[in-house]
Amino acid sequence: MSTQGNANPNSSVNNYSMSSTQNGGGAAPCQNGPGQMYPAMYTASSYYSSAPPAAYPTVAGHSAPPTGKTPVSSTGYSGNYYQSSSGLSPYPAPGTHQYSNAPGQSFQQTAPYAMPAGYYGQVYSHPSQGQTQPQPQQLQPNLMPASSGSNLGAPLYPIVSYPSAPGSSQYGTLRSSQTTAGQPPVSTVMPPPPTQSSLQQYSQGIGATPTPAQPGYGAPPLSQAATVNGQSNAVQQHYDQNLHNPMSHHYAAGPPNSQGPDKERPPSGPPGTSVHSSPQHHPGLLYGDRGVNNAISSAAGDHSSSSSDHEEEDEEDEEAGGDSSSTTTDSASPVPNSYESLEGGGYSDLAAPPAGVPAKQAPPFGYNYPTMHPAYQQNPAPKPNPSPSHGGYNPPGYQPYSQPFPSLSELSSALGGLGGVSELEAETLRPVNLLQERNILPPKRAPPPEPNLSNDLRKVNCSPDTFRCTLTNIPQTQALLNKARLPLGLLLHPFRDLTQLPVITSNTIVRCRSCRTYINPFVSFLDQRRWKCNLCYRVNDVPDEFMYNPVTRSYGEPHKRPEVQNSTVEFIASSDYMLRPPQPAVYLFLLDVSHNAVESGYLNVFCQSLLDNLEKLPGDTRTHIGFVTFDSTVHFYNLQEGLSQPQMLVVSDIDGNHLVKDLLNALPGMFTHTRETQSALGPALQAAYKLMSPTGGRVTVFQTQLPTLGAGLLQSREDPNLRSSTKNVLHLGPATDFYKKLALDCSGQQIGVDLFLLSSQYSDLASLACVSKYSAGSVFYYPSFHHIHNTAQKQKFQKDLQRYLTRKIGFEAVMRIRCTKGLSIHTFHGNFFVRSTDLLSLANVNPDSGFAVQMSIEESLADTSLACFQAALLYTSSKGKRRIRVHTLCLPVVSQLSEVFAGADIQAISCLLANMAIDRSISSSLSDARDALVNAVVDCLTAYRANGSNIQPSGLIAPAALRLFPLYVLALLKQKALRTGTSTRLDERVFSMCELKSQPLQQIMRMVHPDLYRIDNMTEQAALHLNDSVIPQPPLLQLTAEKLTREGAFLLDCGSVMYLWVGKCCNETFIRDVLGFQNYASLPSNMTEIPELQTTYSERTRAFISWLLESRTFLPAFHVVKDDASTKTSFFQHLVEDRTESAFSYYEFLLHIQQQMSK
Amino acid sequence: MAFTFAAFCYMLALLLTAALIFFAIWHIIAFDELKTDYKNPIDQCNTLNPTVDRVKKIKRVRLALKLVLPEYLIHVFFCVMFLCATEWLTLGLNIPLLAYHIWRYMSRPVMSGPGLYDPTTIMNADILAYCQKEGWCKLAFYLLSFFYYLYGYVEFLKNNMYLYFNFISTNIQKFWVSKKPDSLYFSLVFIL
Repeated sequence: MSTQGNANPNSSVNNYSMSSTQNGGGAAPCQNGPGQMYPAMYTASSYYSSAPPAAYPTVAGHSAPPTGKTPVSSTGYSGNYYQSSSGLSPYPAPGTHQYSNAPGQSFQQTAPYAMPAGYYGQVYSHPSQGQTQPQPQQLQPNLMPASSGSNLGAPLYPIVSYPSAPGSSQYGTLRSSQTTAGQPPVSTVMPPPPTQSSLQQYSQGIGATPTPAQPGYGAPPLSQAATVNGQSNAVQQHYDQNLHNPMSHHYAAGPPNSQGPDKERPPSGPPGTSVHSSPQHHPGLLYGDRGVNNAISSAAGDHSSSSSDHEEEDEEDEEAGGDSSSTTTDSASPVPNSYESLEGGGYSDLAAPPAGVPAKQAPPFGYNYPTMHPAYQQNPAPKPNPSPSHGGYNPPGYQPYSQPFPSLSELSSALGGLGGVSELEAETLRPVNLLQERNILPPKRAPPPEPNLSNDLRKVNCSPDTFRCTLTNIPQTQALLNKARLPLGLLLHPFRDLTQLPVITSNTIVRCRSCRTYINPFVSFLDQRRWKCNLCYRVNDVPDEFMYNPVTRSYGEPHKRPEVQNSTVEFIASSDYMLRPPQPAVYLFLLDVSHNAVESGYLNVFCQSLLDNLEKLPGDTRTHIGFVTFDSTVHFYNLQEGLSQPQMLVVSDIDGNHLVKDLLNALPGMFTHTRETQSALGPALQAAYKLMSPTGGRVTVFQTQLPTLGAGLLQSREDPNLRSSTKNVLHLGPATDFYKKLALDCSGQQIGVDLFLLSSQYSDLASLACVSKYSAGSVFYYPSFHHIHNTAQKQKFQKDLQRYLTRKIGFEAVMRIRCTKGLSIHTFHGNFFVRSTDLLSLANVNPDSGFAVQMSIEESLADTSLACFQAALLYTSSKGKRRIRVHTLCLPVVSQLSEVFAGADIQAISCLLANMAIDRSISSSLSDARDALVNAVVDCLTAYRANGSNIQPSGLIAPAALRLFPLYVLALLKQKALRTGTSTRLDERVFSMCELKSQPLQQIMRMVHPDLYRIDNMTEQAALHLNDSVIPQPPLLQLTAEKLTREGAFLLDCGSVMYLWVGKCCNETFIRDVLGFQNYASLPSNMTEIPELQTTYSERTRAFISWLLESRTFLPAFHVVKDDASTKTSFFQHLVEDRTESAFSYYEFLLHIQQQMSK
Repeated sequence: MAFTFAAFCYMLALLLTAALIFFAIWHIIAFDELKTDYKNPIDQCNTLNPTVDRVKKIKRVRLALKLVLPEYLIHVFFCVMFLCATEWLTLGLNIPLLAYHIWRYMSRPVMSGPGLYDPTTIMNADILAYCQKEGWCKLAFYLLSFFYYLYGYVEFLKNNMYLYFNFISTNIQKFWVSKKPDSLYFSLVFIL
């Protein structure tokens, strides 16, 4: 990651400059702009570095900043800076000078702000560098960054304070296996009383000594025995101590520990400490004091009531907490109101690479249509004129996107329409006659459309992998939205594994006073002391602490803080955001050991997998693991020596590790001769609930059959004869609400339940899945799992377990989604419990779950030009830290129907429609849902036709942005979840529904519309060169048997499963070199992997496949399918463009739509 | 019989409808709170102890949502009463609501206990809006029927009053004629 980036800064420079020349030499002079702005925030590895470059045209833009690392003499740079900005910005440069002077001078008196040490000395060039500022750190040579903390290979961000040192957990002194009186088996671990450690570490910070990695709460010397007596007790103390702490305890927020030029700083440094701790700084201290008081009063108030009532969870922390953030009184610093001019001019014309210029020079969007359509000129994208009413809410930093980008468009036209906003828009609006154009599939997976924003906003916008909107141009009114007949919604993947994430340790998390929005890149600073919320437009004060920028260690630039520079940030939350001490990581495994389960052999696989990954389970010293097995009875295991009574085992990871291992070794053998065929899942779950409720945590259930005993028993509801009926499919909903109620109870106690169903016969997943659905768990299903007979399934199970056990986990989480006033949330989709109109309660949050949100427009957005969405996820990390991850997405608001169409993100739309259809099929009926899907296409295309594309009355016209819409909808209709007429087992159907509802967008799209490549003749042509490996890039093929030839070998990538289809006459070299067999006939029919052969062919193929798998978390099962094998059907069912006995082919579907439209 | 069973029904329906109106108002408030909950955290923070306050509110909301079944039962009850009293018109007016109630309860989500609202879906904007609308419609219906029952009651009383007065006056006349106290007693009983 960062090491790589730092190792070769030159490459990134090259990269950047290349892209800048591509898109316009005119803009080149300011290429240093963004980089210098914030070098520390972007290491050379780009934010999206894991993503295939082609897919995300923003890559270049994001990787641009590393140029900041190149030593540029500061004066030269600032000269550049001013040249470029004053040339193009609407604001005169002198204003900025004036501004930058003011704070700078005022700081001279309060010298402590400027730490000479230059610890993370990437001094971005402050605009005031033109002036001779005596502040020492600005004179730091720019070479500094190269050797600064970020190339140590650890925290990417200087302010990152990941307390990862394992030995020194912040609850280090805790007796991990101490049992609390009155709290049954699970030993609740109390948090230590908070401590002086923060104080200590701050003072060390002042002393400029390298601080040992000692995280926030640190083990207190004064931890009394009383703390383990009871929760409330401990917490009481906790707050008490807060009160007694010196104020500097609460006054964190500052820059990272000033360690001067010390480069050996351990990666897991303490949270950024404050430089304000110098007693001379009166305003700071004063504020700190207030902060403490406020925080304590609100927190204490919360807690006193909440300890008795666990129903009220963190959201009010979220609300009450950090209330002190904006309470600062306006300090009377007479800063001229030229701040905005600074920001506005700052990066007014930075050359970001235009959309559609991926680093590896993929053919531009719309490559398939070299000829310009007649309608191309006739249907120009009307540029939105900035409505006069903008003024009020127009953030100063934002330039209405309708402003011309002279250099950019010139260049893009010169390059033949490679990029440029207007070109893109015109392109996306180009009418396509679907009946005539056969090759509508782009050669690569199309990147999500870029919101039509100014470059600087686009650059800081949230990654489309994390946060996506179905319409990248938000319609102004509900009426306009209704006219477009497209769904408006968001697709979120909030807890995604990120390679780079700014983590901010700050005492006051700056939020809007009225709507509690976290400060984000899209707020506008009215002046240095006030910012205007971009969601509710309230004007807030900038707290003192926020004026200080820990990255550059300079004062007076709130707009350069990491919160304002990144749309995805993570805060380490203070105790205001906790209702109870952060819970430890507690894992309980609920294992089915009935005859059926033992027969399938999953127990072996599981135990082995857990043994292998025991050390890698996320957690700290407080981690607990427990096991419960059940057949017709529920068995508990006591792994604590010296106890005779059967008691549930809860051991801490360190103490009882060997016991856990012993049990895992013994477990598979214990039940080999069981005759018990019954399954008492319900009682087992209830027991698990009771065991876990004091702490919360994760329950993992392995179930292999229908629960037949006790509470929650289920009957078989499936009629095998109706599996392929074209009429209604029954029993898609739960049979009983037992599991739902249990899940809600679990959710209330912060227990997430994950379900692994490994069953060969019907197990009523529709009912069982509820237990995960409402407790924010995940569902895994392995139909006809058997450790010997079904090796593919076993391998998949092993891989999934590996990922499942080691993936990140967040406990006791809540997620709130806020949006610009006027928009409101309509419905949520995913696994969670909706607690309020905008608040989701997630007992556990995992990095593999996605959410969808339907939005509606309640009030007209005419008076704003930008709509913003913010998702804030508050969770407890497995290390016991309370964290808040905030994503902010900003999109333009448009008033024209054509623009709405131009901005449609077809993948997001399809996913949202899938979610809606599944809801519909459960609440109403499957055929209803299918009709609704077809109607969605029909309505949308009718709306487009009515909108004035009067060119070709015949044919089926769709805007280019939506040309894949019918195809995706057809693919959806052929999904297991929604298909009719093809034999589908009920459980598989329900599982497919669960997946569609809870998977992130990429995964869903691969599932719905798999990627087909021909891989037997891959060449180096247009190959991707990564590091030293060559990755061929075969074009995407349409999903039709037409494209298959007997001579070829084709790879079908369906997300969770991958097929390699080998034709009968496939060339022998391929079979020999890649598959390792002599000829087609000798290929076994159940191959599940590609052997590692030392041939170019094989290496190339494997490089391609591993490149496909690069960004995936769950590895797919792999099948080699022979043309004649019986598994062929499972391959051919994914070829959605073909006709099946019960479903349309693509062309027929288009005709059907046309017919519907003409009605 | 002068003071008929029907009059009694109307009187009872009047009282019960008052209760139903109360329920409906509570229902509306509950959904409104669900919808707007947490929307104004400032006020919430200003109150001394938001949590306790909120818990009370949530309990109130839950209680309101539990009143569905009593509401239905009450409505069924006086529908049956009207049936017994052979008040066809009134019954006819109530049949649609009765049918709606039955349909609503039949199509409720799968749940083991009594109840109508599923906590997992209630926050869906569609369902929330539907429930709110339902509340308003019912409130309107109950208000109208309240006045209708009042009218019916008064009407009955009026008709009966006429009879009463006839009856009483004839009794009094009888009393004057016969000087027997029992007729006076009769009339007194009827007046009371």
